[in-house]
Amino acid sequence: MASRRMCSLLSHSLTSPTSSAALFSRGRNIASPSRGISKYSTAAAIENPVDPPFEVKHTQLLINGQFVDAASGKSFPTLDPRTGDVIAHVAEGDAEDINRAVAAARKAFDEGPWPKMTAYERQRIVLRFADLIEKHNDELAALETWDSGKPYEQSAKVEVPMLTRLMRYYAGWADKIHGLTVPADGPYHVQTLHEPIGVVGQVTPWNFPLLMFAWKVGPALACGNTIVLKTAEQTPLSALFAANLLHEAGLPPGVLNVISGFGPTAGAPLASHMDVDKFAFTGSTKTGQVVHELASRSNLKPVTMELGGKSPFIVCEDADIDKAVELAHSALFFNQGQCCCAGSRTFVHERVYDEFVEKSKARALKRAVGDPFLKGIEQGPQVSNAQFEKILEYIKSGIESGATLESGGERLGNKGYYIKPTVFSNVKDDMLIAKDEIFGPVQSIFKYKDLDEVIRRANATLFGLAAGVFTENLDTANTLTRALRVGTVWVNCYNIFDAAIPVGGYKMSGHGREKGIYSLENYLQVKAVVTPLKNPAWL
Amino acid sequence: MASQNSDDSSASILVKNPTIKFTKLFINGEFVDSISGKTFETIDPRTGEVIAKIAEGDKEDVDLAVKAARQAFDHGTWPRLPGSERGRIMMKFADLIEENAEELAALETIDGGKLFSMNKAMDIPQAASSLRYYAGAADKIHGEVLKMSRELHGYTLQEPIGVVGHIIPWNFPSIMFSLKVSPALAAGCTMVVKPAEQTPLTALFYAHLAKLAGIPNGVLNVVSGLGSTAGSAISSHMDIDAVSFTGSTEVGRKILQAAAASNLKVVSLELGGKSPLIIFDDADVDMAADLALFGILYNKGEICVASSRVYVQEGIYEELVKKLVEKAKAWVVGDPFDPKVQQGPQVDKKQFEKILSYIEHGKREGATLLTGGKPLGEKGYFIEPTIFAEVKEEMLITKDEIFGPVMALAKFKTIEEAIKRANNTRYGLAAGIVTKDLNVANTVSRSIRAGTIWINCYFAFDNDIPFGGYKMSGFGKDFGLEALHKYLQVKSVVTPLYNTPWL
Repeated sequence: MASRRMCSLLSHSLTSPTSSAALFSRGRNIASPSRGISKYSTAAAIENPVDPPFEVKHTQLLINGQFVDAASGKSFPTLDPRTGDVIAHVAEGDAEDINRAVAAARKAFDEGPWPKMTAYERQRIVLRFADLIEKHNDELAALETWDSGKPYEQSAKVEVPMLTRLMRYYAGWADKIHGLTVPADGPYHVQTLHEPIGVVGQVTPWNFPLLMFAWKVGPALACGNTIVLKTAEQTPLSALFAANLLHEAGLPPGVLNVISGFGPTAGAPLASHMDVDKFAFTGSTKTGQVVHELASRSNLKPVTMELGGKSPFIVCEDADIDKAVELAHSALFFNQGQCCCAGSRTFVHERVYDEFVEKSKARALKRAVGDPFLKGIEQGPQVSNAQFEKILEYIKSGIESGATLESGGERLGNKGYYIKPTVFSNVKDDMLIAKDEIFGPVQSIFKYKDLDEVIRRANATLFGLAAGVFTENLDTANTLTRALRVGTVWVNCYNIFDAAIPVGGYKMSGHGREKGIYSLENYLQVKAVVTPLKNPAWL
Repeated sequence: MASQNSDDSSASILVKNPTIKFTKLFINGEFVDSISGKTFETIDPRTGEVIAKIAEGDKEDVDLAVKAARQAFDHGTWPRLPGSERGRIMMKFADLIEENAEELAALETIDGGKLFSMNKAMDIPQAASSLRYYAGAADKIHGEVLKMSRELHGYTLQEPIGVVGHIIPWNFPSIMFSLKVSPALAAGCTMVVKPAEQTPLTALFYAHLAKLAGIPNGVLNVVSGLGSTAGSAISSHMDIDAVSFTGSTEVGRKILQAAAASNLKVVSLELGGKSPLIIFDDADVDMAADLALFGILYNKGEICVASSRVYVQEGIYEELVKKLVEKAKAWVVGDPFDPKVQQGPQVDKKQFEKILSYIEHGKREGATLLTGGKPLGEKGYFIEPTIFAEVKEEMLITKDEIFGPVMALAKFKTIEEAIKRANNTRYGLAAGIVTKDLNVANTVSRSIRAGTIWINCYFAFDNDIPFGGYKMSGFGKDFGLEALHKYLQVKSVVTPLYNTPWL
């Protein structure tokens, strides 16, 4: 169902011990998944990957409504993280292609028809797009899994339906974008026009290629902007497929241009382009800093950024341990741990600490890791060799710095980028694994005594993206909710990503909010219009 | 004025004689006879002939419908679905309306005498488009988190108000149906709709489509019937939480009284109007004449916002009058199925006679009849486009809502005079201004006590524009997000905070 929450997986896991069964049994019947697979899947399943039931159709750049080769003629391979094998060679955009795409977007914005169309017409196109995604759900899901390594059932049952849901949500905004009439201190008539900002540059990450596509493209289109989107070089395929459907739905040429390529050669020229009016980026904090600098050095384009995190998940002493363990587990391990909101610091009250660690370890050992195309698989390979190596380095550092390795700690099998679900206990705040964003299946469990202490420690980070609070006590929930310096607090749940819920960071986790009504602000300019009133009947 | 007779032998004969599929009450997802077994006739205003006998709902039927709606609200899925899922079902409902546009347009024409081409191009697509607008709003209903002056956490919940009664008029049966039903559905309410007894056909068809779209049983009930019985039962029902009415000021008052005397249910009223159109000296005369004429003749003058009082500044008065009369004479009245026709018959005999009696009044009161003033043809309820000039403020045709193709035209000198005369009415639904002068436009806009001001346009409705009256034209808005809030109520939730880092 289109409106299923992204992580109904997680909320269901609270009530059902065989967690993923609840999720995957909805819709088409994929029979009893995780029950059969205990512990890690066998190496054999990893050594002999399933052939994806799908053929790659679009590998070129999408500029002005046409699929074209890169100006340089160059291409780059996109790899299957299950094997490291090449899936396809994809046109590699650089500065020249960005220039062409920006020119097309500029023309589509300045001359139309997109911003000049009625909101109702724009809405209808986006709604048709949503219907087309629904129709191609399984194809898109297969492409997403193939390129990124995430479980197919997660792609097909959660993420692609969520893409549909998000596009419908934004379609509904198109005809409800309101300026204000504003009170004045004298005889003036004042109103604000909420105008589209213009040509928007967007860069999406590889962990949720289609969902990030929706978070970026949805509000920009609803507000009447035109777009140049650069996808992550690890996962360029699904956005090209989706963008093609959007054109099939009636999107005029030039409104959405998609450039595959690398950060330094395609992302940087987009961020520093003088004809781009606005920039939006999701990715690492380090790259966010570069992007912000490029924007300020060029035309001072406003930038929204959704960056890294090291989000605390706080288990209070009154918590139901079994539920808390399951929720903390999925808060971290969901999507191979490759979530900016991952609950990567699990703080557990000392009274329940030992039991919690024991059960978390048991849960991690039970996690079904294997070929993401297989039924019942909870965890696929990491997205790339670079990520794989980086995570293994962090694990090594955790061991060396004296944290207790409870489970995992090494790769799984000999092929692809699989890592065993890893749990560290006795993690101290000054260890590297406690401070850095690892972006992998590595859970760190900390012990705390009282609320003030855990608030202080949870906030002692450069990041501020999200937090989880697990307690039945209303006052504790309220205290923690207000005290944590983060953009999202999940109380007794985690990773609930509805279309209407804004997401974004405090501190170095970014600027601005995506999703919800707040996301529209990123893509609108406010123009105040003032004119004197002669002899007004009232003020 | 030209008259046009339709050619019944044309190929479109099937379109013109749609089969009447739905004549019973729609209660709890089923079409049922009325408990009394009674029916009433719905008439084709082109001929005065009976189209069909329709089940006549009475108090007992309203009780059944309210019971179903109550059950659907208190225990059913509808208010408990995520807004996004309600929106999906409403989108489907809109698609089904579009798929059946031709048939719905024809029903609307035979039942209400409305232009078939207009129904197809405007009324039916608008019914779909309102559903889509509110479908898109269903997942965007936000409460607020509040700023407290003490250590408290406070927030508001926007909750569906409950069971709603909608009483809708006969002049725009499809648009009014969608206008009332869509925001209430989006809010999560359940409802009982009473269509006007003159035009019950499309509302019953919509009930059928709603079921096909997946709206659960009991959420949307349609009880056709008369105002004095079914309408009155709705407005005085103890289990209905809100009633929304569009119709005359006279009936609006009765509804408000019934609501007050029963359970103090929330009431919104969209009532009559006597809307002024003010044309200033600097106006483009041709454009102004077109607007003025369209403002009164559109939908045979059966529209609550009709520009029934036209005030023209003295400098262009003569020229404008000349153009108005020319254009009125060229206006084509005839069979509403004929694409060349601009005006069909009035909705029924009662309206027809009422309008003619106002015309007689105008003549007796001493207004100058510039054109029209008579019925047209032998059969049906056709009336010539009629313009009275030199009307005085105290004349009945200047004060009363006629609801027909009758314009009251007057001359004015200054902007102050125009404002004063425009406001000299108990109504306040809408007003039009024709001028190129920004200051005039702004001053007049703020000075006129009416719910909608159209500057250099008229009838510019849109899903996003709230619409409703000042003064005795009613209260509460249709259209826009304002309308959604008619069907929501605010609950404040407060709890203490301890040791909070900020307030």
